[in-house]
Amino acid sequence: MTPYKSTSIKPSEITPQEVFYNRRHFLQLATGAALAGLLPSGVLAGETLANVKKATEILPDQLTPLKDITSYNNFYEFGTAKEDPAINAGSLRTRPWTIAVEGEVNKPKVFDIEELLKLAPLEERIYRLRCVEAWSMVIPWVGYSLAELLKRVEPTGNAKFVEFISLEDPKQMPGQRSATLNWPYREGLRIDEAMQPLTLLAVGLYGEVLPNQNGAPIRLVVPWKYGFKSAKSIVKIRLVEKQPISSWMEAGPSEYGFYSNVNPAVDHPRWTQAKERRIGEFFKRPTLPFNGYADQVAQLYAGMDLTKYF
Amino acid sequence: MTLKTLNNRAMAWIKIAVFLLALIPLLKLGSGAYFDSLGANPIEKITRTTGYWALSFLLISLTVTPLRRFSGWNWLLRLRRILGLFAFFYASLHFLTYLVLDQFFDWTSIVNDIVKRPYITVGFPAFILLVPLAVTSNNRVIKLLGGKRWLLLHRAVYFCAIGGVVHYWWLVKKDHASPLTFAMLLTLLLGIRLFYWLQGLNKSGLFTVC
Repeated sequence: MTPYKSTSIKPSEITPQEVFYNRRHFLQLATGAALAGLLPSGVLAGETLANVKKATEILPDQLTPLKDITSYNNFYEFGTAKEDPAINAGSLRTRPWTIAVEGEVNKPKVFDIEELLKLAPLEERIYRLRCVEAWSMVIPWVGYSLAELLKRVEPTGNAKFVEFISLEDPKQMPGQRSATLNWPYREGLRIDEAMQPLTLLAVGLYGEVLPNQNGAPIRLVVPWKYGFKSAKSIVKIRLVEKQPISSWMEAGPSEYGFYSNVNPAVDHPRWTQAKERRIGEFFKRPTLPFNGYADQVAQLYAGMDLTKYF
Repeated sequence: MTLKTLNNRAMAWIKIAVFLLALIPLLKLGSGAYFDSLGANPIEKITRTTGYWALSFLLISLTVTPLRRFSGWNWLLRLRRILGLFAFFYASLHFLTYLVLDQFFDWTSIVNDIVKRPYITVGFPAFILLVPLAVTSNNRVIKLLGGKRWLLLHRAVYFCAIGGVVHYWWLVKKDHASPLTFAMLLTLLLGIRLFYWLQGLNKSGLFTVC
């Protein structure tokens, strides 16, 4: 297992701070001092997360502004238009929240979100996000490696794959009233992919509690795969022996494979993956194999035909 | 003056109103661009909006004939040209957005798209086919061509509309609601035409049951 290698970012590139503070100020006003006093900190979207270790390694890429990260989302549970999640995700209740980790493990357990927030030191990870629709962002997530959680439940030798299941509740998630996908949203990784230190369980963004539209209260981030692989608002993690079928594989088996590694050489059947538009940029930029994380993850796929296992 | 027969002055006002209404989507895009309110991916927004309105105007112009038949308002026919030209106008903006903003004259990518991407393979000829229709949308050319030949040429608009709807259908990831609406409306509009056509054949005795 290779250790997580972070890539350094210049302090000057970090945050459009005015956006950050304005939003926080608004939220503070909106919630009111009384309510804020009743709740533990680190609960509401927009609140600052305490004790986050700043990213040590910085990408040469400019960070995508918080406003864009929170207003341009694919989160079909809240509607299929990019603006929908920001509009509709207010109905998601992120407390109480638990994740059941079960299946091929010695110590299955239901983790409470408060426990998850303290399970391992929170660190900032600046990752590129490449959507299968050929746009991309650079996002400063906050979280810790998924491996931290998996180690605690002790996967058995039969645990070959990990399945992630998102919340299903049409009352909170109005997009689930239409059968756009087969709900609940399901995703999966091979166990070695899940244990790869880059694979992140994220609880925050720009140093703040994860906004609902970005997959609150806890989500997966697998930076070398297309965005849809990173399941949001996770309620269950199952360790299994057989390769799980994800929601997108079910929806379009010829278009969305189990691996879905970012690969400029393998096109989506209906559009090219050779280039991408970085949000905020005019000219398209070439897409990198494994989204630029090849030196950390390419060996996981040694000898595999990536055209076949797309 | 009734709704069946409008005088020229009323007609002129209606045309001006249609013209101004048809410019609203463009004005909204323009102000959105000016105030930077087109969202995180403005190029996608512009592409989607111009495409949506190109297809909408195409379908609206195809509504003229059936609506005229049902209502008996013959003056509707005099709006068909302006509606069709607006379809071409928005389709041109859509194409230019792709050419300039999206691809920035990257000809290799464009040719690849046309050859390899089915939604562009049908979308591109659907647009090109609109060009001769737009060019022949004036009285002088109609006279030059003769009514029958002009009419035959302009039947090509059916293929443009079908191509446009298929283009939309093939490009969405999973959210088929909007292209489905267009597809159903187009089926209805073409179905009405087929119905009348078959009725015409029937009258001419071709479909008489023995």
